[in-house]
Amino acid sequence: MIEAATLPDADGHFGPYGGRFVSETLFAALDELRDTYDLLWQSPAFQAEFDLDMAHYVGRPSPLYHAKRLTDTYGGAQIYLKREDLNHTGAHKINNTIGQALLAKHMGKPRIIAETGAGQHGVASATVAARLGLECVVYMGVEDIRRQAQNVYRMKLLGATVVGVTSGTQTLKDALNEAMRDWVTNVDNTYYIIGSAAGPHPYPKIVRDFQSIMGREARRQSLEQTGRLPDAVVACVGGGSNAIGMFHPFLEDKEVRLIGVEAGGNGLESGQHAAPLSAGTPGILHGNRTYLMSDENGQILPTHSVSAGLDYPGVGPEHSYLKDTGRAEYVIATDTEALDSFRELCLLEGIIPALESSHAVAYACKMAAQMRPDQTVVVNLSGRGDKDMQTVADIDGIKV
Amino acid sequence: MSRIAACFDALKAQGRQALIPYVTAGDPNPQVTVGLMHQMVSVGADIIELGIPFSDPMADGPVIQLACERALSHNTSLAMILDMVAEFRQQNDTTPVVLMGYLNTVEKMGYETFVAAAKKVALDGVLLVDLPPEEGAEFTQNLHQAGLDAIFLITPTSTEERIKKICAIGSGYLYYVSLKGVTGGAMIDTDDVEEKLALVKQHTQLPLGVGFGIRDADSAARVAQIADGVVVGSVLVSALGDNASNPEKGCAQVVDTLSAMRQAMDTTA
Repeated sequence: MIEAATLPDADGHFGPYGGRFVSETLFAALDELRDTYDLLWQSPAFQAEFDLDMAHYVGRPSPLYHAKRLTDTYGGAQIYLKREDLNHTGAHKINNTIGQALLAKHMGKPRIIAETGAGQHGVASATVAARLGLECVVYMGVEDIRRQAQNVYRMKLLGATVVGVTSGTQTLKDALNEAMRDWVTNVDNTYYIIGSAAGPHPYPKIVRDFQSIMGREARRQSLEQTGRLPDAVVACVGGGSNAIGMFHPFLEDKEVRLIGVEAGGNGLESGQHAAPLSAGTPGILHGNRTYLMSDENGQILPTHSVSAGLDYPGVGPEHSYLKDTGRAEYVIATDTEALDSFRELCLLEGIIPALESSHAVAYACKMAAQMRPDQTVVVNLSGRGDKDMQTVADIDGIKV
Repeated sequence: MSRIAACFDALKAQGRQALIPYVTAGDPNPQVTVGLMHQMVSVGADIIELGIPFSDPMADGPVIQLACERALSHNTSLAMILDMVAEFRQQNDTTPVVLMGYLNTVEKMGYETFVAAAKKVALDGVLLVDLPPEEGAEFTQNLHQAGLDAIFLITPTSTEERIKKICAIGSGYLYYVSLKGVTGGAMIDTDDVEEKLALVKQHTQLPLGVGFGIRDADSAARVAQIADGVVVGSVLVSALGDNASNPEKGCAQVVDTLSAMRQAMDTTA
């Protein structure tokens, strides 16, 4: 087994990254969560409960779909899409919220909180809370509430309270700050469902483990459909939960290239992007050490991406480790490239992808064009684009 | 002997407790801070906690968040704050100054660079709220080698095992956070605090400061009866924020509040 596949260590470190950089108040809760998780994740009964929900509530396994017209357009490697957009609630986020809500239930916590950027994790959290009869509060930056109004309404329909966050840049990072503040205050009765593979230990590990169902399926499906492993696996990276879930089961398959696509925004040279792995430096934010976008004084920089779900200045610590060790490569797709891919996938395959996932599709197509037709690229289509209708219509100057 | 130890020893000999105000450096603008530090000392502040503004102050409530935003709007940096300490020291060589903030600002400067600079300007201690003992061994060692104190938080949720660990690594004083939550939260319940402090005292000889939820002379006096130091922050920062366009008025309110607290603490004692 290569070292990367055994991490994190007991204290939550992936090499120099990860760890637990939080205020003292949260330590007891993080220890309780770690112990509960370690016990349950090894328990066949818990695994069976999780698998049953994945099959009958989420609708797993999600298909691995051969996108033939997209492949033909680029004339290179065969492009396969892992269809997380077909999950209940429309994105990969539900895999993790189901798992963590089961943890909350086992820990006897009546109240869950979550942060959300694009709203997908908020919707997934509200969904599992409704199903388990738990109170749910979702923190969301007011800028994102504006961009993702439909998801806000969905959360409300599902019985959640959506709290608008007006501090800082009013996006995902500020929502995370606010959720942490709630948790530190209500730690006795509250379970915090972090949606990204970020935050203090044990969250990056928990989120990765629950999301790894995608990679395990994609690996098996590749073998079934093509008789071999893919040459490359491509996923978009904001906080990095969909990417780590896809990458982790392939870590030991050294012949498989793992490629994370960050939000290039208006281009790295513009400074208006959300690409800490491509253009940032290591630092401390939201409870872990990882690559960050921060200025020379250590202040976190504002980010920009057309997709709210990638608009985050940090990234899960395991990605930082995979970058440094070279096991995964991290690249960017710009807003324009993502939007072009969004439209192309609509027209060529009849699939409306999330703007987040469109970044992965954009880079995968560019890459496939340089590869041979007997090679394959698997792209994680992490979510569907229904939530992005307003954003794209606005860009087109159309009133919906 | 460090300034912090000397300060607590002197107070103990007088049967008094330390009054420890917190203000965010550079709030509402960087020109205010050094003058305000002197003013606070003149009405009885024993130790000054100076906040390093951070863009994402996760452990702070809205009052200190806004203070960070005001300070950062004037580009208050860690380097500038160290200069403020140096300027303060030109007239005051006895009052301990502790920097309080988040790790990223310090890590960006570099541990060694920071500690060397901190020593040079005669800073006394550092408290980084998101640097727990588990992750802070290297930095703490750097501080101790330079003769600076590493101050750590203990909270209502700290287990006895963690209290031991924190007592073993901390120096100067220990800061007991009186309630679960962020700064500027609910009012303090001194009975709960007293019980926990008794447990902490079994594991340390260090002085114990108590903060969070101390808003007025009355709560300050009550805390003074059970702790060695009283830390007060959000109520002072509110005064600066409410008068951001008139810093003189804000500082006057800070001075009034501290002065009343000092009087109440000394009378009750």
